[in-house]
Amino acid sequence: MEKRIETPITREMARSLKSGDAVLLSGVIYTARDAAHKRLCELAAQGKPLPIDIENATIYFVGPTPAKPGQAIGSAGPTTSYRMDAYSPALIALGQTGMIGKGKRGPEVVEAMKKYGAVYFGAIGGAGALLSRCIVQSEIVAYEDLGAEAIRRLTVRDLPVTVIIDSEGNNLYETGRRQYLAGRKNGD
Amino acid sequence: MREISAQQIADTVRRLCIEANRSLPGDVRRRIEECRAQEDWQPAQGILDKIIENYRIADGEQVPICQDTGMACVFLEIGQDVHIAGDLRAAVDEGVRRGYEEGYLRKSVVRDPLDRVNTGDNTPAMLYVDLVPGDRVSVTVAPKGFGSENMSRIKMLRPSDGIDGVRQFVLDTVEEAGPNPCPPIVVGVGIGGTFDKAAFLAKKALMRPLDVRNEKPLYAQLEQELLEKINALGIGPQGFGGRTTALCVNIETLPTHIAGLPVAVNINCHVTRHQTEVL
Repeated sequence: MEKRIETPITREMARSLKSGDAVLLSGVIYTARDAAHKRLCELAAQGKPLPIDIENATIYFVGPTPAKPGQAIGSAGPTTSYRMDAYSPALIALGQTGMIGKGKRGPEVVEAMKKYGAVYFGAIGGAGALLSRCIVQSEIVAYEDLGAEAIRRLTVRDLPVTVIIDSEGNNLYETGRRQYLAGRKNGD
Repeated sequence: MREISAQQIADTVRRLCIEANRSLPGDVRRRIEECRAQEDWQPAQGILDKIIENYRIADGEQVPICQDTGMACVFLEIGQDVHIAGDLRAAVDEGVRRGYEEGYLRKSVVRDPLDRVNTGDNTPAMLYVDLVPGDRVSVTVAPKGFGSENMSRIKMLRPSDGIDGVRQFVLDTVEEAGPNPCPPIVVGVGIGGTFDKAAFLAKKALMRPLDVRNEKPLYAQLEQELLEKINALGIGPQGFGGRTTALCVNIETLPTHIAGLPVAVNINCHVTRHQTEVL
C-alpha cells in the first residue's frame, strides 16, 4: 500500500519514511542535475543565498526533454544519482530533506542523511514518458542558460517513488536483492 | 555509379532520430514482455509492468521513451558503388540538429569534455562509417543514454585468462554497475581486435536484434551462459531484486594479436533504441 506524502518534507517526516516504502509524492519539488548542483554548492561555499529555498526541499535529479505544445513538461525520468554525491551532503546540511534519482549513493551521502534526517527516493529509470504524467506544472527558476540542466520548480501529483535509502541508512538495493535470493533458495 | 545526395542522408537521419527515441524496437519489446511473464518476484513484476506501460505511452503519444535521448550514434554502411553528393559529415549533423529540435528531444552534448558548454543542438553525432560492396547506403541511428554508457568497461586480458577470464570480467562489470544503468540491461560484449576495435564491437553488439544469437556455436553458447549467470545475480529490474537483470547478452568478435585478449562490455538500459533505413 502506498503512502501519500505532501511536500515540503520536514526532517521528522523524512525520519518516518523507511527503506522499501512505496510513496506517492505530491506538491512542489525542484529539479537539478550535475551542472546546477555545482553552481548551488559554489554559492553555498561562498555563503551566498541560493536561488531556491533549500529548507525541507526535495530535489529530483532530472533533465527533462522539451515539452511538446500542450504538455507541462517532456519526458522526465531520473538520472543516475552518484554523480551528485559530491554535492548532496552540503545541501542536506543546509536543509534539503529529499532526493529523487536512481542508483547507488556514496557513504558520505548516507552519513549526511543519517546526521540531518533526509531520504533518498528512487523513481523508475527509463520510464520518463510515464513519470511526466505526474508533473502538472513546470517553471524554470534558475540557470536558464543550462537548458535541460536548468533548475525547475515542479508541481507533482502522486509521483510514484520508492524509498531506497532511509535516514537510518537502510538500503533497498541490498535488502531487496537479499530477500529475492533468499526466497528463490527456499523455493527450490 | 549511383548518386545519393547528402540532403537525403540528412532527412533520413532526422527522421530516424525522432522514431528511435519514440518507438522501442519490436524485438526489445517482445523480450521485455517475455521476461515479465517469467519474472516470479512481485516487486520486479510491478516495475516491468510500468516499463511496458511507459513504452506504450511513448508510442501512443509520440513522446520520448526516456528523457535521456542520448548521444546520436549514427552508423553508415556505404556501398562502394555509391557517390554521395555533398558534405556527408555536415549532412549527418544537420539531420541530428533538426531531429532533436523538431522532435522535442533533449540536447545532451557538451562541446568539450572539460569546459562542458552545451552545444545546444545535440551535435556532433558519433559517426561510424563502414564501406561495403554494392550501391546502397544503410543508415542506423542509435541514441545512446549515458546512465548505462558510464557503467561500461574495457580490459586487456592475457591470452591465458581465456574464456574464464572473459566470463569473469563481464560478470564483474554487471555486478559493479548494479542498479545504476537502469536494469534490465542489454549487455554488448566485444572480444578481440585492438583496444579501440573491442570497444566498437561491444557497441555494435548492442545493434543486433535480441532474438538473434552469434553465428558461431561457441559464442552463441557463451551468450546464453552469461545471460543465465547474470540473471542469477538477483539484481533485478531497477536493482530492487528479481530475476530480470539482463534481457540479453550479445557478443561480437574479431581476430586479435598473439599477445592479447581485449574485452569490452558496453551496457545499454532496457530502452535499447535503434532504427535503420536502407537507401
